[in-house]
Amino acid sequence: MSLISRVFLVAILSLTGLAARADINMPVGVTPISKEVFGLHMLIFWICCVIGVLVFGVMFYSMFKHRKSKGAVAADFHESTVVEIIWTAVPLVILIAMAIPAAKTLIAMEDTSDAEVTVKITGYQWKWHYEYLDSGINYYSSLDAEHNAARQVGSGIDVGQFENYLKEVDNPLVLPVGKKVRFLHTSADVIHSWWVPDLAVKKDAIPGFINENWALIEEPGTYRGKCTELCGRDHGFMPVVVEALPADEYDAWVAENAPVEEVQVTESASATAVASVDDDREWNMEELVAAGEGVYVTHCASCHQADGAGLAGAFPAITGSAIATGDHAAHIDIVYAGKTGTAMAAFADRLSNSDMAAVLTYQRNALGNSVGDVIQPSAIKALR
Amino acid sequence: MSTAAAGHHDHDDHDHGPAKGWTRWLYTTNHKDIGTLYLLFALVMFFIGGGMALIIRAELFQPGLQLVDPLFFNSMTTMHALVMIFGVVMPAFVGLANWMIPMMIGGPDMALPRLNNWSFWIMPFAFLLLLSTLFMEGGGPAGGWTLYAPLSLQGGNSFAFVIFSIHFMGISSVMGSINIVATIFNMRAPGMSLMQMPLFVWTWLITAYLLIAVIPVLAGAVTMLLTDRFFGTSFFNAAGGGDPVMYQHIFWFFGHPEVYILILPAFGIISSIIPTFARKPLFGYASMVYATASIAFLSFIVWAHHMFTVGMPLAGEMFFMFATMMISVPTGVKVFNWIATMWRGSMTFETPMLFAIGFLVMFTIGGLSGLMLAITPADIQYHDTYFVVAHFHYVLVPGAIYSIMAATYYWMPKWTGNMYDEKWGKIHFWVSTVFLNVLFFPMHFVGLAGMPRRIPDYNLQFADWNAVATIGAFGFGFSQLIFVWVIYKCIKGGEKATDEVWEGADGLEWTVPSPAPYHTFEKPPAQYS
Repeated sequence: MSLISRVFLVAILSLTGLAARADINMPVGVTPISKEVFGLHMLIFWICCVIGVLVFGVMFYSMFKHRKSKGAVAADFHESTVVEIIWTAVPLVILIAMAIPAAKTLIAMEDTSDAEVTVKITGYQWKWHYEYLDSGINYYSSLDAEHNAARQVGSGIDVGQFENYLKEVDNPLVLPVGKKVRFLHTSADVIHSWWVPDLAVKKDAIPGFINENWALIEEPGTYRGKCTELCGRDHGFMPVVVEALPADEYDAWVAENAPVEEVQVTESASATAVASVDDDREWNMEELVAAGEGVYVTHCASCHQADGAGLAGAFPAITGSAIATGDHAAHIDIVYAGKTGTAMAAFADRLSNSDMAAVLTYQRNALGNSVGDVIQPSAIKALR
Repeated sequence: MSTAAAGHHDHDDHDHGPAKGWTRWLYTTNHKDIGTLYLLFALVMFFIGGGMALIIRAELFQPGLQLVDPLFFNSMTTMHALVMIFGVVMPAFVGLANWMIPMMIGGPDMALPRLNNWSFWIMPFAFLLLLSTLFMEGGGPAGGWTLYAPLSLQGGNSFAFVIFSIHFMGISSVMGSINIVATIFNMRAPGMSLMQMPLFVWTWLITAYLLIAVIPVLAGAVTMLLTDRFFGTSFFNAAGGGDPVMYQHIFWFFGHPEVYILILPAFGIISSIIPTFARKPLFGYASMVYATASIAFLSFIVWAHHMFTVGMPLAGEMFFMFATMMISVPTGVKVFNWIATMWRGSMTFETPMLFAIGFLVMFTIGGLSGLMLAITPADIQYHDTYFVVAHFHYVLVPGAIYSIMAATYYWMPKWTGNMYDEKWGKIHFWVSTVFLNVLFFPMHFVGLAGMPRRIPDYNLQFADWNAVATIGAFGFGFSQLIFVWVIYKCIKGGEKATDEVWEGADGLEWTVPSPAPYHTFEKPPAQYS
């Protein structure tokens, strides 16, 4: 027994030692709802602790006291209607007491009326798209490029250098403090779930459905979350970052970013570089391939892999593919319109003309392919 | 009475003895042989599913991706669940039912012995089909064991194999259940009323009805996935007018009763073991039966508590919250009854009792975290995090799996005629229990702190607890080799078991010789008539 008790002691000591420095509980959060939820969580937790102590207390007392080795002689009772009614009724009363505050919070959570700002959030494999319905601002938000490079299998990059590893995005969702923000959730492909623990907001993004919930952020700051519904290969790599600004700074941000005329889709650094260039210009191959590489890494490499080899049976290869080395119309079509019934999404709304032309040209002339031709942005523009 | 029960089968080479050679196992219609096959099959699958869990935990040992592609990781989490649920817990319970129900009710065999043979022999082929997908182009299923559309529809052509293997498992389960129901209603000793049946028989009777009710629902759901994937239908495809949320409703209408399919027989096992080692009759037999029936009924009306984030109407969320909370009442009654059985008993702590107490303590912990999960506003924070992973592993591993281990230690002397090695049995219990808590308890912490399920890589804030959990996983996994060693030794030899085996044992199975002869109760026992 001494070995067993020593193992126990070591386990308990190491557990309590770690508990002292690790973050082991739900965050209180920064919205009235998140605080209520935290309160409910702690209330039910303590109720469970009390039940646990009572139940296990009686049980362990009995185990020490009523053992044969201590000469205990078994009693013969096996029924007591009174006791059985008591231990059916008491839990029922506890449950009713618990259900009342829970129902109140639930009603408040579902009340999305009188929102001042509305953001439509669309889940994609594997990024988020934010659209401010009031101001028309819209953009994609995906995992930070450095984190993305570091998380590849065998990258050799020490992930310990990133403070917010896998919780950093290129474009965070910017929200005002002190205003009721309504979120509309939907998806363009599979089911995702948009979760920010500090806001106690978690809602599934489902294709064909629009779900809603809301948050009223009380303190400026950066709040980080994740996708919480399994959505395919890179489910673990689509973080959510919310940046909450004081109302005046938020207004300034909106004024600065609100689209002047036509909504222009801009995203990664490489895409921004070419997005402003006139689609009607003739591009040369070097330009297109150079720009296409960045687009490929951001949009294509998760499935088709960085080297274009794909994953046999799941995601087709680009290298040597009949489409990527065949005629222009079919190649443009599969990227522009996607392929139904597969994970291949339509990129018509997600890439600018020049980005799409660049990535198509890149696929034809890199990743082991060398067709030797180019697809011009004007060819994409003609489709729209 | 024991002489009347099984006296005349002292020599095996009599005309009714087992056939010789390997065809004995292929053609057998004997409930004991088939029970053994089920149990050994479950043991093999336990190590296959466990190996998958160790791949998952090895990748999660440190932040960063070191070992596997994320797609393969997803396929490991999916397969681990399918193998453990359909390949370990369910077959093990059916194996125990096969061995014990005829002996407990004083019947000579199962009511439908040829069907029994068939229900077992479908299983190895079903799992060959399922596991073979790992070696196909595109890999195995990677959309989670729930196979949620539309994600599950994105996989390769191996998906068809997954669907058909689920159909086979379902056919096997339904036939097994029909057999159990037929056996319980038709093969009881003369005069044994339903309310005189051991609780293991009662809980299996109710479980069998749950299986017959919900397996066809699963079969329908996965068939719709099949036609969506291969024949162009749009049951769950929003773009074609279908409804992805409908899949979840159908799946969980199967899935929640399935949760109780995985635990009700465990309740029956624990209700057999605790009275034996407390040397005192089970407290509240009738309320145990009614509690089991209430849990089974409630299991049909709580399915959407798995879906609190899909966007249900407020009234729906309220209903499913209250209904879910209600389940804790009958479950509480069961726990209180077990403790009242121990109270003022004369307890000893042999290995089956240790596993039963381990069940009682840790299943209750899992039950209490389940009560927390029932509180919908809090569930929205817990949902799809490691807190949920911790919860269901606490009810399934020290719940279902511990009950199966307890049952194995408890009845193995009756099966083999030899006592198992008590010292190694106890070591198995203690080592498993320590590592199990090192493995699963920290998952509560990382889940509350914000770590989602089913991710292969994570932020550094979760690193310490994940490392601890991985150490626990390897410790727990390898300590199961002790279990295999004890079983092997017990089959090979050991101290001869008496007919009664345990001092406080009560029930018909203890009136037959140890090992139980190939055929028992060819003449029904007389004590109930």
